[in-house]
Amino acid sequence: MGGIPHDKYEPKTKPEKWLHKRLPIVALMYDTIMIPTPKNLNWMWIWGIVLVFTLVLQIVTGVVLAMHYNVGDAFASVEHIMRNVNGGWALRYLHANGASLFFIAVYLHIFRGLYYGSYKSPREITWIIGMLIYLAMMATGFLGYVLPWGQMSFWGATVITGLFGAIPGVGESIQTWLLGGPAVDTPTLNRFFSLHYLLPFVIVALVALHIWAFHTTGNSNPSGVEVRRGSKEEAKKDTLPFWPYFVMKDLFALGVILVIFAAVVGFMPTYLGHPDNFIPADPLVTPAHIVPEWYYLPFYAILRAFTDDVWAVQLVSILTGGIVTAKFFGVIAMFGAIFVMALVPWLDTSKVKSGRYRPAFRFFFWLLVVDFMFLMWLGAMPAGEPYASLSLVGSAYWFAYFLVILPLLGVFERPKAPPETIEEDFDSHYPPKPAE
Amino acid sequence: MFKKLLLSAILATGLASGASAAPAGGKIADVDFSFEGPFGRFDAFQLQRGLQVFTESCASCHGLQYLSYRNLSDAGGLGWTEDQMKAYTGQFKVYDAEADDFRVAVPTDNFPSSQIDGAPDLTLMAKARAGFSGPYGLGINQVVKGMGGAEYIAAILNGFDEPPECAPEDFDGTYNSVFAPGGYPESCVDEEGHRMTAGSWMGMPQPLSEEGIDYADGSPNDIHGQAVDVAAFLMWTAEPKMMDRKQAALVWVGFLILLTILLYLTNKRIWAKVKRKD
Repeated sequence: MGGIPHDKYEPKTKPEKWLHKRLPIVALMYDTIMIPTPKNLNWMWIWGIVLVFTLVLQIVTGVVLAMHYNVGDAFASVEHIMRNVNGGWALRYLHANGASLFFIAVYLHIFRGLYYGSYKSPREITWIIGMLIYLAMMATGFLGYVLPWGQMSFWGATVITGLFGAIPGVGESIQTWLLGGPAVDTPTLNRFFSLHYLLPFVIVALVALHIWAFHTTGNSNPSGVEVRRGSKEEAKKDTLPFWPYFVMKDLFALGVILVIFAAVVGFMPTYLGHPDNFIPADPLVTPAHIVPEWYYLPFYAILRAFTDDVWAVQLVSILTGGIVTAKFFGVIAMFGAIFVMALVPWLDTSKVKSGRYRPAFRFFFWLLVVDFMFLMWLGAMPAGEPYASLSLVGSAYWFAYFLVILPLLGVFERPKAPPETIEEDFDSHYPPKPAE
Repeated sequence: MFKKLLLSAILATGLASGASAAPAGGKIADVDFSFEGPFGRFDAFQLQRGLQVFTESCASCHGLQYLSYRNLSDAGGLGWTEDQMKAYTGQFKVYDAEADDFRVAVPTDNFPSSQIDGAPDLTLMAKARAGFSGPYGLGINQVVKGMGGAEYIAAILNGFDEPPECAPEDFDGTYNSVFAPGGYPESCVDEEGHRMTAGSWMGMPQPLSEEGIDYADGSPNDIHGQAVDVAAFLMWTAEPKMMDRKQAALVWVGFLILLTILLYLTNKRIWAKVKRKD
């Protein structure tokens, strides 16, 4: 795999040969686990393992939680899990905080890709599949957040399905179809539960594709230089097998993350959630602020930034004869913010992959990180000034980064010279001992 | 460099949780509850006093519908024996839907739900009101001072105050200087639309009175003492497994640290040759 020359699996015993002839599954496992991996990967290349672990954690805890959850009496059944099911509180808090760990890891994973240009040729497909995984995660997280049937569950579901209602013409029909009725109610909860159970397995399939894709192209690495593929000997100078080198490194990193995670789950499990979700859903009482979970906040801020008084919104509204309302514009902007990110392999025109050798790029990249945090904070703030204007500035930069800055930077920037080989990069960090 | 990213990610999650910043009421005082922090434990006697306050001052209106009577003798709670729990339970009658009649409560019954409209169930109140933590919605007080819903409940019960002079005498409800989402008279709003005083008028009158309760253990029974005790009790009703959780967390964290150290050493050894450090 990887198009990188490496030692192949050779069946030796008779049963091995028998199986290999019929199903080369051992070879597949061997190739996957022994894939030549660039030896200069730094600590930002550990999030993949964290994400795989978290996905398994969420599925395992989720399957058990589903055994005790009752759609017909959702809120009380969650309290039943917390109080009467053996270890139920641990399952529930692991699952709820697991979602946060999942998103922290995925954001660091995505921003790592953005910084080191991991999305560039030939890894566009890996990137696109990654974006699909991210979308599926957002959907799964949202559906799952509705299940405890607290106030934020209910009103979050109302707001988010309302987004589909903003689509001109067919919007209301779509919203009714999604909800299973005119408003969020038991039919909504039933289908959300069903889909919340289904989507993680779609994610598993997408993750398999994601791994397949980057195992075909080989991993990206901090230098952005490709592994030499002339011969096995050459490739071996740039790479090390995934097992044991990177497996152990990743497991150590996972250990560090899990220490923090266990402390959060054990000592402050409700810190990242919204307290209003401990109030049972009540269609007659609207919470003062409807706030999504922290991981949606940047995009929620973009959604809310485009109000009636923004000139761009007014212009589009006039041009489309009023079909595109401010609300619909906001929805387009929110999904567009993720869409432009998915297009980044073609928007970034620089020949140099890694941000390490692109000083000007680095400035704008870190500004994007700050912008992301800023939007996250704004998403949590109440609607109104000054947050609306600030959200608009933050949203504008998000789009400008992908649509204007990245395409132009590739033309105007003068990047530094990357090393010739991965070996050279590695040796500059760990100099070879002088010959004795 | 990516440490920066990690740090800002951690900060941002803090930012986000501050989202909650709900009531814009008066200042909520920090209370040094015994259950705060990784090693904090419920004070069994305080919970017993809190149950007494709840039974005598709150239960006539408010419910505890997610709490069972049997929970009162659970470990990590009030420290009651089963007999004590049964003796308490036997004082109450609950409605039995099957018999369509009231009967004496048994340990497996839940506490009743709220008796009057508009009085919220209190089982989860300490978790549902944990979202005021500042500053700037950063949630730092929650982490550093351990501030949460218990502080909010204590502050509300201590927040009944003389109504400001700007308010009409017959304004509906009782003025509370901490409670924010209640009614507010127009006459107390200035020309710029700002409220002149913190707090608002809530439907609940002051449920506690000075020395209104006789504590068997002789603890201070002024309003502040009662408020803090019942707040601690409601934290327990909201999270009866908190002691289990914190104990488990210490084991998790301890073992994970040990495992991580071993993984670190293994990883170091494996890479030593490659990194020319052997």
